[in-house]
Formats: sequence, structure tokens, C-alpha cells
Amino acid sequence: MHTGQVNDLLRTLAPQVLGILVRRGADFAGAEDAVQEALIEAVQHWSDSLPDDPKAWLLRVAGRKLIDAQRSEAARRRREQRVHDEPPPGPTEQSDDTLLLLSRCCHPALSPASAVALTLRAVGGLTTAQIARAFLVPEATMAQRISRAKRTIAGERFDTPGDVRAVLRVLYLIFNEGFTGEISLADEAIRLTRQLVAAEAAEPVRMDPEIAGLLALMLLHHARRDARYTASGELVPLDQQDRSRWDTAMIAEGVAVLQDALARDRLGEYQAQAAIAALHDDAPTADETDWPQILEWYDELARLTSSPVVALNRAVAVGQVDGPRAGLAALGDVDPGLARWDAVAAHLYERADDVGRAIQHYTAAADRATSAAERTHLIKQAARLRAQA
Amino acid sequence: MAKYLLLKHYRHSGPKPVPGTEAMMDQWTPEEITAHIEYMNRFAEKLVESGEFVSEGALSPEGTFVRYDGEGRPPVTDGPFAETKDLIAGFMIIDVESQERAYEAAAELSAAPGQGGRPIYEWLEVRPFFAELQATAE
Repeated sequence: MHTGQVNDLLRTLAPQVLGILVRRGADFAGAEDAVQEALIEAVQHWSDSLPDDPKAWLLRVAGRKLIDAQRSEAARRRREQRVHDEPPPGPTEQSDDTLLLLSRCCHPALSPASAVALTLRAVGGLTTAQIARAFLVPEATMAQRISRAKRTIAGERFDTPGDVRAVLRVLYLIFNEGFTGEISLADEAIRLTRQLVAAEAAEPVRMDPEIAGLLALMLLHHARRDARYTASGELVPLDQQDRSRWDTAMIAEGVAVLQDALARDRLGEYQAQAAIAALHDDAPTADETDWPQILEWYDELARLTSSPVVALNRAVAVGQVDGPRAGLAALGDVDPGLARWDAVAAHLYERADDVGRAIQHYTAAADRATSAAERTHLIKQAARLRAQA
Repeated sequence: MAKYLLLKHYRHSGPKPVPGTEAMMDQWTPEEITAHIEYMNRFAEKLVESGEFVSEGALSPEGTFVRYDGEGRPPVTDGPFAETKDLIAGFMIIDVESQERAYEAAAELSAAPGQGGRPIYEWLEVRPFFAELQATAE
């Protein structure tokens, strides 16, 4: 079997096996370590031939690792019997476990960074080394981040799912980490969110449409990833992207997921943001973008959240619908302390044919950029206008 | 999380040193130097334990300026310059939750013991790294 396929299989099975161990009464931190060790063993053994029942194999090995660890720990000597005596899991429990594990890994007591790391390891089935590389920190640092997170939630009960909104925030953070590197964290976030959607579908009463809203949001942004950068890594703004490079199948899926969510009539931030992304994705050319509808969604979003970033993006939409002067008037009400404020001002001044002010704001925006790609892009905008002037 | 560079300078054109802390390390006692080094090592270990450590390094004060000099020609070198205003002594890279936390870590580094076991009150330069552009920022 191909190494990639083995890894994919392992990453699907890891949270299932962890869920079973935890529900049988194993403590989360110990079970999580045991599953990691079993994964490492599986990678060594499975590349030649796959066991008949990979999940049972993994459960058996992880169970043995757990018992070994517990044996060596006198204080926990009694627990192994409890793990052994529990009945085997029923067929429906896998979907329940996803939410159970995710809500514990995203517990509100954890810092966002700890929750992200723990989620990627315990539910995403990634190794500490892979997570460390994805975040460009040493493995020892990431190992500490994960074990601290586990200590923080030690003693938390694992029998009822926690706050699903906290889980969504963590998945959103993982998605926003981007597409670069050996592990695409955006793909990883989509995979985990899909699992959560599937888990919730089993219990439609509890179903929060924001889960589907977040999945739609991710898909509708991710569909544009290939058009977003040039081969040399420079940023291509939305209105200049080659739309033939957008992933139309992913857009179609995102739109379908969003429509289902909206039909449940409980609007939230993720659904509203996804609706805006869908309207961008839907336009055959930048000029055909339905800005009046986008502005309506920003008004909706502004009612849902007091986020200054929403107010900033809304000013862009106002500029498209009512003209750049109206956009600048809307911008006047937005906190100029935001990093992208000058970039929006520059764009609006340029459209208002005030080249001098546009150059000034593009230059200021470049100095305040928080990513190298943005900085280069903004410097080039200022340079382009200077060449024209 | 965001990465920050904490820069230690031998000399810099930034703020004036806190009065009474001007003595260079070669004027300290050997015990004071050991206490200082131990504090610095412990500081790095604590950052590993808190899951915030990325990297650190110390630099020799002697450096050379180097530049390209045209196709097929060897690099041109200049220096060392004894009197440059800015001289970096070392650095630490941390990955932290917030700017406040980065400042807090820098302040702890600046509290390292110096002469007489008193904190050195050293000015550290804190510089944020560029991050990846967020996937939803567009």
C-alpha cells in the first residue's frame, strides 16, 4: 500500500480509536499518547501489507500501549482492568466521538494555540513533528504545547460534548493558517469540519447551521487558492485573478452546503461570510460581481458582530455600490488603527482619481502590512501609481 | 500565535541605558557572570516548557560587510568597523499568543541579573515577523 494511503487511513482511524478508548474510561492524556505510539508502529508495519481489520489492529495496539504505560505508573495500576472490562463499542458511536473529542480539544480553558495543536494531534492524527513543522517551531516546543494543553483539560469529563462554537473558532483558526508547507492546514481544517458536519447530521435536533456555514466558508475560499498567488508567490487580488483556475466543483459544493445551512433559518457569522464568498465566486468576471447583494450581507454581518474588520470590508462594498466617495465616508467611521485601513483608503482614493492620496496610503499600508506577500503587493501598487503620475 | 524576534545589542542607537547599568560584563565578578548565564539558560528552558521557544543565537561582535562586485569578480569586503552605532549581540525568536506576551517575555529577559545581582534593565528590541496571509483575508 502507498505510504500516502496508509497515512490517510491512519488519520481517519486515529480519532475513532481514541474516542473508543476514552469512552471505555481511559484518561484522555494517556489514551492520546497510546494512540500516537500505535500510529508510529502502524506506519512501520502497514507499508508491506495492511491488517485485515486496520481499526481493530490499531485499537488492540493502542490498548496495549495504554496498559504498558499504566503498568509502569504505580498510581494508575488499577485502571487497566476497567479498560479491559468495558464492552466493545457499538456501531453508531464513531460520529458521536468526533464532536466529543473536538469539543474537549477546543475547550474554552485552552489558549487558541494549545487548542489548535491538540486538535491537530488528537483528532487530526498528525504527529507532533508534523505539527511543529507546520508552525515552524521546534518539535520540543510543540510537544510542550500539547502536553500543557492535556494537563489543562485533565479531569474534564469526556461524556458530554461541550461548546460547538468554541470548536468552530478553532477550526477557523486552523483554516486561516493557510496552504503552505508539507501539511496543508487549510485542507486539514476542511477535513475536520467535514467530520463535524457528518457527526452533527446524526443528531439533527442539536444541529447548529453555523457548522455547515463554516464548511461552506472554507470551501468557497479554498476554491480560489490556486489563483491567489503567482508562480513566484506574489499576491493576486480577487478582481485580477484568473477565474478559470478557480475550483468550480468545490464552489458548487460550497454553495450547496451553504444553501442547506441558510434554509435552516438561523443565520450566523460564518454563514454570512460564506454568502459573501459565494457571491464573489459566482461572478464570471470581476465587473459582474453582485456588489449590492454583497453590501446587504455586510449589513447583515454588522448586525451579527461588532467586528471592526467587518466595518472595514463593508466600506469597500459601499465604495463599489455607491462610489468611492461614499466608500471613503463609510471608512471615516472605521477605526484607523486596523492594519488594513490604509490599504482600503488607498484603493478608494485611487478609484476616486486622487492619485496623490492613493500613493500616500499605499505606502503607509505597506509599512503596516502583517505579511510579506501583502507588503510586496502594496509597494507595487504605490510604484504603479507613481509610474502613471 | 505570532513570532517575534528579541534582539540583544552590544550597542544601539535606541533609548539611553538606565542609569547605573552601564558597566560592561567584563567589569562584573565571575560569579555575577555565571548567575547571568544561568538566568539566560533558565529563561530559554522556561520558554520551551511554555511552548513558546523557537530559536536563539549569540553573535560574535566582529563582523564584516560583504557585497557583490560584478560578474566573475570575488565578493568585496569591508570592515570591521569598531564604531558602528548598532551592534547585535544575540537574538531569541519566540512564538507567542499576543504582543503583550512578547513584551512580557522581553521584560523578563531584561531583568537578568548583572552587577551586584541587580537586574540589568537592558533595552531589548522586539520585532514582529511577517505572518502568512490569512486564507480568508480577501
